[in-house]
Amino acid sequence: MQVSMTVNGEAISREVEPRVLLVHFLRDDIGLTGTHWGCDTSNCGLCTVLMDGAPVKSCTVLAAMAAGHDIRTVEGMATGGTLDPVQQGFMEEHGLQCGFCTPGMMLTARALLDRDPNPSNQDIREAISGQLCRCTGYTNIIKSIRWAADHQSETAGAATEGS
Amino acid sequence: MQIPAAFDYARAESLEHALQLLSEHGPEARVIAGGHSLLPMMKLRLANPEWLIDINDLTDLAYITEDADVVRIGAMTRHVELLESEALAGLFPIVRDAERTIADPLVRNRGTIGGSLCQADPAEDLSTVCHVLGAELVIRGANGERSVPMAQLHTGPYETSVEQDEILTEVRWPVRPRTASAYTKVERRAGDWATAAAGASVTMGADGRVEDVTIGLTAVGLDGGTATRAADAVRGQTPSEDLYAEAGRRAAEQCRPIGDQRGTEAYKRHLADELTRRVLRRSVERATAPLGRGV
Ligand SMILES: Cc1cc2nc3c(=O)[nH]c(=O)nc-3n(C[C@H](O)[C@H](O)[C@H](O)COP(=O)(O)OP(=O)(O)OC[C@H]3O[C@@H](n4cnc5c(N)ncnc54)[C@H](O)[C@@H]3O)c2cc1C
Ligand code: FES
Ligand code: FES
Repeated sequence: MQVSMTVNGEAISREVEPRVLLVHFLRDDIGLTGTHWGCDTSNCGLCTVLMDGAPVKSCTVLAAMAAGHDIRTVEGMATGGTLDPVQQGFMEEHGLQCGFCTPGMMLTARALLDRDPNPSNQDIREAISGQLCRCTGYTNIIKSIRWAADHQSETAGAATEGS
Repeated sequence: MQIPAAFDYARAESLEHALQLLSEHGPEARVIAGGHSLLPMMKLRLANPEWLIDINDLTDLAYITEDADVVRIGAMTRHVELLESEALAGLFPIVRDAERTIADPLVRNRGTIGGSLCQADPAEDLSTVCHVLGAELVIRGANGERSVPMAQLHTGPYETSVEQDEILTEVRWPVRPRTASAYTKVERRAGDWATAAAGASVTMGADGRVEDVTIGLTAVGLDGGTATRAADAVRGQTPSEDLYAEAGRRAAEQCRPIGDQRGTEAYKRHLADELTRRVLRRSVERATAPLGRGV
C-alpha cells in the first residue's frame, strides 16, 4: 500500500506492506537510522518518535497508521546547523554514554518542554519513565533536560543571531 | 525481529464505515485502536487477523462529556486524556489513581479506553475501574445500538460479549452524590502490569454510615469483577479500621489468584486484603472531606 506522511517537515511517500512498523519504515525505507530499535516489545522506548508532537513507541505503531500524520525524529531536531537546546544539554551535562537511548530521550524531552517550558525534576522523571537507559543511571539525563529548560530562551536567541 | 504476519489494512472514515468494513471482511477482521495490546499480540502470533480496520480517524469517538447524572467517555479516548481530565479527577478520583499506574506516558499517548476494555486482559486496570464505577457500555453493530452493564462485558480472559462485527463506542459512568473512589496497585517496577490492585467506590449516608460500596480487584482471579462479600460487610456500617480489616479478609477469601513470576498465591491474597483496606480507607476519607470530594 502507498503510505504518505510528513517526516521532519518533508512529505514522504513509499509503497510498503501494511505490516511494516513505523520504526522500520523510518530506518529501512527512508534511511533515517537515528531512530533506534531495541526490545521490540513496547517496553524500552528506544524507538520513540514524535507523532503530531506527542512521543510514541514507533515499534508499536504501523507505518500505515502513521500515514497522514506529522512525524519527527532525532534527525529533525537541529535546525540550520544549530543544535536543539535539548541536544546541547545532553552535551553539556554528559547525558549519554553509549547513546542507544539518547534519540528517544531527547525527543521526549523536546515534547515535554514544548508543553511545559519549566518542568520540575519530578515532571522530567515522569516524562522519561517509559524509556530505559542502561548506562547513565538517569541522573545525567535529568540534568541535561534541566539544562535545556534553563537555557532554552538563550540558545533560541543565539540560534537566530548566530549561523 | 518481531513483525506481525501479513494482513490487509483499511482505514475507517466513520463509525458506519468501520462497521461496514468489519462485516464486509468477515470473521478475521479486527479493529485496531491504540494498537498497544493488539500489535504486541500480533508480533507474537497470539492474534492473526487477516484484516485490520483502523479506527484512529474516528476522532468523534474521543470525548469526555459530563452530565448531571452520568459521564460519557468515547471509546477512542486515550489514557492520557483520562489521566489529565480535571472533571474526572473531581468526580471519580479512582480514574487518575489508576491511570497514573497504567504503563508509561508513551503507551498512555496511544492506548484507548475502548481497547483496554475489549482486550479483556485480567490485569487491565481500567476494567476494575469500570466494575467499581458500575459502568454501562454502549455497543454499536449493523443492526443498531445496545448497552450492557460492565458485569456482562467480559465473558472470560481475553473474551468479551462485543461481537466480531460490533464496536464499543461509549463508556458511561453514573454520577452519585456523596461518593468518592480510589485505586491502588502493587507492581514490580514502574509501568508494569499489576501484581495485584484494588479499587473502591464509597457512597456515604447522611448518618455517617456507608450507604453503598463497590470493591474491585485486579489480576487476582475475582469472578464477576467485584468483591461482593467484602462490600456486604461494609454496607450500612460506620467506617472503622476493624471494618476495613473485615472487608480485606473477605476480599482475600473471595479471590482466586494464581502464583506466577509476579508473586505467589499467598502473597497475592495478602495484597488483596491489604489493598482492599487501603482503598476503602482512602475512599471514605475522600467522600467525607470538605465539599464531599477529596483529592
Ligand atoms: C508496555 C505496556 C505496558 C502496559 N501496561 C499496562 C498496565 O499497567 N495496565 C493496563 O491496564 N494496561 C497496560 N497496558 C495496555 C494498554 O493499556 C493498552 O493500551 C490497552 O490494553 C489497549 O488499548 P489499545 O487502544 O491500544 O487497544 P488495541 O491494541 O488497539 O486493541 C485491543 C483489542 O481491543 C479491540 N478493540 C479496540 N478498540 C475497540 C472498540 N472500540 N470496539 C471493539 N473492539 C475494540 C481490538 O480489536 C483488540 O482485540 C500496557 C501496554 C503496553 C504496551
Ligand atoms: S523497540 Fe520500541 S519500545 Fe523497545
Ligand atoms: S546512554 Fe547507553 S542506554 Fe542510555
